Amino acid sequence: MLRQTSEQFSEQVNLQDFAMSISIQNISKTFGNFKALDNVSLHVPNGSLVALLGPSGSGKTTLLRIIAGLESAESGNVEYHGEDVTHRAAGERNVGFVFQHYALFRHMNVFENIAFGMRVRKRAKEEITKRVRELLSLVRLENLERRYPSQLSGGQRQRVALARALAIEPKVLLLDEPFGALDAKVRQELRQWLRRLHDEIHTTSVFVTHDQEEAFEVADEVVVMNKGRIEQVGSPQEVFDHPANTFVMDFLGNVNVFHGRVQAGFAHLGSLALDYPEYPHDQSSPAVVYMRPHELDIERLSNGRPHLAAEIVRIQAAGAVARIGLQTAGDNLAIQVDLSASRFAELGLKNGEKVFIAPKRVRVFVDRSPEYVI
Amino acid sequence: MHSPSKPSGESLRRGLREEPGWVKWTLILIAVSIVSVLILIPVIHVFYSAIAPGVEDYWYEHGGDVATESGATGSASSDGNWFGALRQGFSAYYDNLFLDVKTRQSIVRTLIVAPSAVLLNIVFGIAAAWAVTRFRFPGRTVLISLIDLPFAISPVVAGLMLVLIFGAQGYFGEWLQEHNMQVLFGLPGLILATTFVTLPFVARELIPVMEAIGSDEEVAAVSLGANGWQVFWHITIPNIKWGLLYGVILCNARAMGEFGAVYVVSANRADTMPLRINQLFMESNDAGSFAVASVLTSLALVSLLAKVILERKTRKQMAEAARMEIPAEV
Repeated sequence: MLRQTSEQFSEQVNLQDFAMSISIQNISKTFGNFKALDNVSLHVPNGSLVALLGPSGSGKTTLLRIIAGLESAESGNVEYHGEDVTHRAAGERNVGFVFQHYALFRHMNVFENIAFGMRVRKRAKEEITKRVRELLSLVRLENLERRYPSQLSGGQRQRVALARALAIEPKVLLLDEPFGALDAKVRQELRQWLRRLHDEIHTTSVFVTHDQEEAFEVADEVVVMNKGRIEQVGSPQEVFDHPANTFVMDFLGNVNVFHGRVQAGFAHLGSLALDYPEYPHDQSSPAVVYMRPHELDIERLSNGRPHLAAEIVRIQAAGAVARIGLQTAGDNLAIQVDLSASRFAELGLKNGEKVFIAPKRVRVFVDRSPEYVI
Repeated sequence: MHSPSKPSGESLRRGLREEPGWVKWTLILIAVSIVSVLILIPVIHVFYSAIAPGVEDYWYEHGGDVATESGATGSASSDGNWFGALRQGFSAYYDNLFLDVKTRQSIVRTLIVAPSAVLLNIVFGIAAAWAVTRFRFPGRTVLISLIDLPFAISPVVAGLMLVLIFGAQGYFGEWLQEHNMQVLFGLPGLILATTFVTLPFVARELIPVMEAIGSDEEVAAVSLGANGWQVFWHITIPNIKWGLLYGVILCNARAMGEFGAVYVVSANRADTMPLRINQLFMESNDAGSFAVASVLTSLALVSLLAKVILERKTRKQMAEAARMEIPAEV
């Protein structure tokens, strides 16, 4: 049903015509002594859905607000489709902004909230009514137009905020933690809904999130930010499979982190010696070794492959993935391994069993050098 | 309505209500006594005293005649006497209020001064609350404290400060005389003094409201293309209107009743109602004094009524909003 209404909508208003690319060049911003953004540049292609992903304080919301014109940068430019809008006020940029806590007008009902942007633009009454009705059906709130924000659930408020932002036919849609204030189930539904909505209307969209799962599920492209800088830009797959550095590796999902050494073409981690031809020097150097839980396998026999001897200390087999906690024999390192349910059943592992951990894929970082994958 | 937790909550509340029976009645008795002695009886007395002199005069003038005409069985005609007495009471009341030129002028003056002060306070209050809650600037806390200053300063001192500035020997005294302008002893001085004394009311009421509401909605309106005035009229004002109205009612009540500051500024040449009440009282014209006092008290009661209606209206709106059923999450 949703798909239908969305398709009708895109035929009627054809938002593609208003879509734009966004280009940010060398943006810097400080709050007091805190450097919120440090010489950030980014290009958001026309019609794409991009996630700004990072921990709190990474500058992602500040960047979003600068794109919207709600915050001014100390240096750098913001361009919409090649047009410099750096010194243009937020109201003139024609952006749809969805606020983290929705910021709905509490004294206006749903209809008036959505109509506000058109009212201040002095659009004709009939046009406003028609468009608000369209948007109400788009966000599936047809029967609630007389409600006040306080009478709506979190998910409903969120959709009113989205409809309100879309009402001004924005060139760019910006969403600040759009699902942050919702409970898990509603969040899940709205994520998929937002993705489908974007597929229908194709408005260039940027959203901020600290949840990597959300970014991966919804976005075409993920921008990983940390401490006011962009660490990596790429598709969810690229970013996850080829993290540019230790921060991205660390931030995206579970990972086993070990401190080892590299020397003469090998990376040493306890009893484990891995090929590492990128470091041919005889002088040993400290390195960080990353292993994702699902990129490790457990075997009963060592088979001559590189391995770590370990003992199973914890098994959590509920769900699609069996999470196994282990402790290495020599150095008592804690390691987590995720096995598929079928693999887990095949092995029939028990607590306290002595097994071998075989890495399928390991990433070694020496002083933030490019990754090396086995 | 039929949730299982409801009955237990009900009985719990009943239990709490039953337990401290004597405590409840003692507290109610104390509260009622205090309100009666300090507020209710004096207020009633003001109205009584405004009418009573005329009534007493009537009895004094007609008392002997009544006794002789109806004799010992005067119950039938006593109604007529009461009516006559009341009529004379009210007629004397009317004369005291409207036939005395100075009293009449004082009423008009108060009806000009109080709304003017309220208007100035609305402008100042919104501007101050906006500045204090929407911006962070050096001296912000000092400004917040300064807004409260008129509460701390004696109104008489406030009046003297105005004399110091606008009086003949004051800073602007000469300049004002040269340009043939008079601030003191007239409406401008009265309005200034009243505004100064009531300055904190609107701002004090608005600062917490605007602080609580925050600027999110205003920023959202800006992002939707609204200009400053549109944001102000369509977002800010509707959000603060109840707080503003509440501040205005309190401010108005205080403005009409202000005595000390306007006493200094008017120097007996331009009385407002409170000053007139004092003047008449000093002249031992109790009937006139209480007549004006009753008008001032009536205005206060109107303010109180407006405040109650206002509160009831907002409560009703919220109850209506809550009664509308919330559909299941889709």
